[in-house]
Amino acid sequence: MSVTLGVIVPGLPHPLLVPEQNEGWMRLRVAYEQARQRILESGADRILIYSTMWPSIIGHQMQADPTPTWTHVDELFHDLGSMPYQFRIDAPFAERWAACARARGLTARTVAYHGFPIDTGSVVALKLLNPDNALPAGIVSSNMYADRAETVVLGKATADALEQAGHKAAVVVVSTLSNRLFTDWVPPAEDRVHSQKDDEWNRKILEFLEAGRLEDVAQLSREIQKQIRVKKVVNFKALWWMSAVMGQSNRFAGHVHAYAPIMGTGGAVVTLTPTREGFGDKEFDEEDVEVFQGERSVLTRA
Amino acid sequence: MSNGRIVAGCLAPHPPHLVYAENPPQNEPRAECGWEGLRWGYERMRKDLDRIGYDVLIVLSPHWQTYIGTHFLGVPRCSSLSVDPIFPNLFRYRYDLEVDVALAESIRDEAEREGLVTKMMRNPDFRVDYGTITSCHLTNPTWDKPIVAISSCRATAWYSVEVMQEQQLALGRATARAVAASGKRAVLLASNSLSHRHFTTEAAVPEDMSREHVTSHALYLWDMRMLDLMRQGKNQAVLDLMPEFTTQAISETDSGALTWMLGALGVPELPAEVYAYGTVIGTGNAVVGWYPPEVTP
Repeated sequence: MSVTLGVIVPGLPHPLLVPEQNEGWMRLRVAYEQARQRILESGADRILIYSTMWPSIIGHQMQADPTPTWTHVDELFHDLGSMPYQFRIDAPFAERWAACARARGLTARTVAYHGFPIDTGSVVALKLLNPDNALPAGIVSSNMYADRAETVVLGKATADALEQAGHKAAVVVVSTLSNRLFTDWVPPAEDRVHSQKDDEWNRKILEFLEAGRLEDVAQLSREIQKQIRVKKVVNFKALWWMSAVMGQSNRFAGHVHAYAPIMGTGGAVVTLTPTREGFGDKEFDEEDVEVFQGERSVLTRA
Repeated sequence: MSNGRIVAGCLAPHPPHLVYAENPPQNEPRAECGWEGLRWGYERMRKDLDRIGYDVLIVLSPHWQTYIGTHFLGVPRCSSLSVDPIFPNLFRYRYDLEVDVALAESIRDEAEREGLVTKMMRNPDFRVDYGTITSCHLTNPTWDKPIVAISSCRATAWYSVEVMQEQQLALGRATARAVAASGKRAVLLASNSLSHRHFTTEAAVPEDMSREHVTSHALYLWDMRMLDLMRQGKNQAVLDLMPEFTTQAISETDSGALTWMLGALGVPELPAEVYAYGTVIGTGNAVVGWYPPEVTP
């Protein structure tokens, strides 16, 4: 396998900008640093991000500006401060990544424009997991119209691209678990997960991940979306991608580095190391898919 | 100061394709043509707005999405480069705009009185969203008037269209009071499409109009239903149908922009002028104006 480590992180800016304001945000910040160390120790030579906070419409988009440079401000938490950045993107790999996606029937393109608005989640993840740009990075959007088939195929295309290039990558999903924010301003010291139900679901997901059961969680994605996710722009589908890149199995050593609320959402930093151990292959509910075959013209035939 | 008034409410959608096709000097990509129906509709609306005269544009954009309350741009001058995250090949626009911060703060204060959660945006590094820029550019390409920019509080996602409408009608009332107290003549821009299902592929030449049509007939029927009500002046019926329309047509009215604008006008029985209807990458878009009788252009 070309993936040395899977990492799940929340994308809200609090652990980056104001960790000192809340004990949980600080634990997440420390956990980010632990995950960074794990990435370095894993032997990865690339870091690939799937961000649920970068929606796209024309298929999936891969960032291909070699040195994107900007000062980013979050559209909601703008009062927490600005995030200046300069990243090191592997542009040739982005082209290969997009080509591999197209080869499996997906619509995909690279974007390389000065000033392109890299999303808050990708900025936070790269600044904390790869602060000195030690590893060339890749970022892919979350296609708002993609469901499981496209997302799984995108994961397999990502694995294809890594294999072809001979790279070893840490793959990172930027997503909260439960995503319900408070609808009013809550003092940092009073932050908590929005509801007990959200908290219980988050802990159940983390229990699975700690046991290395990545594909099992991926199979639960639709239920998780129903139970603890507000329908914003994209559904809870990032783990379809991650599991597909990592071989669609439960053979991982999972470690939950931290779990804490961020303005009502459930944020966790988790790492998954490939191993021969684990729960092995299961009889999964949803069929596997290798190539995306289009929208099947459902609307036009109506 | 008093005797300010809202002189027009406009449905002013923000597909970046329209700015792209206009080829203004601020936008880097160049187009051959495209989406003339909508662009010429905007042109006719501009002429009418120029005839009645106004001091400020107040815009609510679906692409400044805030999940905690309604936010207001609170920086007097904003200059930067706006790149559309969805269509960066079409929209890379250098903007330099003036914000009427005093009016923004006044609307914010009135919104607080209505019980809404609010926040002023004071970070000078903040990048103005492309929805705001596109709707304002197409309404006033000379940028010779200040704007007030309001975010879209995502109550539809959090709760329901009904809760969103309750909040946006309150924001509309707050806007009307603040404008009245300001002594200014304001034009309101609801920066949203109608039906909002995109194609997921793009033509090699984006302005290839042989590829442009509404995504489905069902969405077209919904768009026509809403426009027909607007033309008849049945604006309360527009609001009454909003939950079903928003859900069935996957409409960008989920942003609350149209509800806010109609609310600020007092949901009048007032026929609208539909300047244009057209599709952009499959979504339904209309350029529409509502003019109180005493300021009819």
